[in-house]
Amino acid sequence: MIEARGLVKRYGSTVAVDDLSFSIRPGLVTGFLGPNGAGKTTTMRMILGLDAPTQGSVTVDGRSYRDLPAPMREVGALLDAKAVHGGRRAFDHLLCLAQSNGIARRRVDEVLCTVGLEDVARRRAKGFSLGMSQRLGIASALLGDPAVLIFDEPVNGLDPDGIHWVRTLMRELAAEGRTVLVSSHLMSEMALTADHLLVIGKGRLIADTSVDEFVRSSSQQSVHVRSPQAADLAAFCREAGATVDAGTAPDVIEITGTDSAEVGRLAAAHGIALSELIPVRASLEEAFMELTRESVEYQAAGAPR
Amino acid sequence: MTGATIALTGPDHRAAFRVATFADVLRSEWTKLRSVRSTFWALTATVVLGIALGAVISAATAHSYATFSVSQKLSWDPTGVSQAGVAIASLAIVVLGVLCISSEYSSGMIRTSLIAVPKRGRVLAAKALVFAGVTFVVGEVTCFVAFFVGQALISGHAPHAALGDPGVARAVVGGGLYLAALAVLSVAAGALLRHPAAAIAVMMAVVLVLPLIAQALPDSWRNPVTEFWPTQAGMQITNVYHSAHTLQPWPGFGVMCLFVAIVYAIAWTLLDRRDA
Repeated sequence: MIEARGLVKRYGSTVAVDDLSFSIRPGLVTGFLGPNGAGKTTTMRMILGLDAPTQGSVTVDGRSYRDLPAPMREVGALLDAKAVHGGRRAFDHLLCLAQSNGIARRRVDEVLCTVGLEDVARRRAKGFSLGMSQRLGIASALLGDPAVLIFDEPVNGLDPDGIHWVRTLMRELAAEGRTVLVSSHLMSEMALTADHLLVIGKGRLIADTSVDEFVRSSSQQSVHVRSPQAADLAAFCREAGATVDAGTAPDVIEITGTDSAEVGRLAAAHGIALSELIPVRASLEEAFMELTRESVEYQAAGAPR
Repeated sequence: MTGATIALTGPDHRAAFRVATFADVLRSEWTKLRSVRSTFWALTATVVLGIALGAVISAATAHSYATFSVSQKLSWDPTGVSQAGVAIASLAIVVLGVLCISSEYSSGMIRTSLIAVPKRGRVLAAKALVFAGVTFVVGEVTCFVAFFVGQALISGHAPHAALGDPGVARAVVGGGLYLAALAVLSVAAGALLRHPAAAIAVMMAVVLVLPLIAQALPDSWRNPVTEFWPTQAGMQITNVYHSAHTLQPWPGFGVMCLFVAIVYAIAWTLLDRRDA
């Protein structure tokens, strides 16, 4: 269980995290979602005691991170896969971390096998690809067999196999009853991995909801219709209470507030010929972009607002 | 996964954990130190420079002893001559000491370290202690070998020293002590400045450049520097003979230790307070 209350982080005049309150429950994968610069990493750094909050507090199982008596046995974290000394062998990197928390040496071999790095355990970390570094970082998070796991963008740099592996691992860890917090800036990734979503933008909480709920509430449906009698059909649809927008061509209309079956029934009832009838579902990615549009830090010039 | 089941979060699940101790952090820092190649090379440089330079200088000066003036012969210090390489070897210790913490900042490893050990003072203390311990052992070996090799090369050409002579054993042991104090200072400077290049530059200025500049100053400026400048004061413990405008060996070393303690305290405070 991770609990934040009124968390604020300011760097000079920049507000990175603005009054965040949430609790992250065990047994679920919680996706921490937001555009780049939304404050995800800063929040995670505050959870892990690297940054001190300007205001508010955050606790892990009721204690602030710096007061945990055996931190790695309670919280496993991967913040930055490249945050290792390049001259150190993978095994030694994990060994020095394990020793710092009194974790047995054989556990190092175990986690190296878990992440599939046993063959490169004696190689120095500077020769590792980003994907291998991610695996090494995940291995270090698993060393203490902790009840709480925090991963910042763990699939960055992984190949499709690796991405699938991370997803499965997250789900397994949560199924074992652990608290799993995973950040991402990709909604599509979270839709496949997470049970619960914490969406932030510009440091503020935008949504704290289950993935199902998020999908249901935000994926707008519309119906794309092409017909020689588009104008007539539009009138009948409006009569039936739907909203009709002009399409890309004079014979195309986009109908919202109803579904394709209803539109088809209306057309048949009035003897209107249809050349296209397509239900359109906004993607999760679009729903996420819609939700965070106001809070994206840097927008390309001319991007729609 | 290991298949090990873990208790769900609750007030009792911590009972099964062994609390992480300072001894754990010491073990971890020892692993860190021995598992990077720069440690091996810097320590090899310390030993080789310390012994080889001492040997070369001992042989060279002993051979020209016959041509020395009376005053030069009066100030002849065979122990000091054999230990001449230690000053150069100390530069390798400075570089390694600074790197063992500032390289964690440049690689980002420091964040991983501080997540593993959020009681940050322990990380700094363990690093300083482990590195000072290693430096002390390597320093003593270097100083004693340099002493015996040096005296063997000197004997027959000039008066040589023995460990039993007054102040000689203290001066030779003092070489290792001086290097160990310098090791702690370097680690503290690395933690304080965080950038390897900046920290190395500052340490070089403290150890080498400022004392050199002081030599070019008028007496009224130079004398307090040779007397109280921390590294100059600390060096007195490696001298058999006392020269003018310097502190006695142990008080001098005390001044250096006090300075190291102050810098360490500042480094510790900032490490604890700054965002990592």
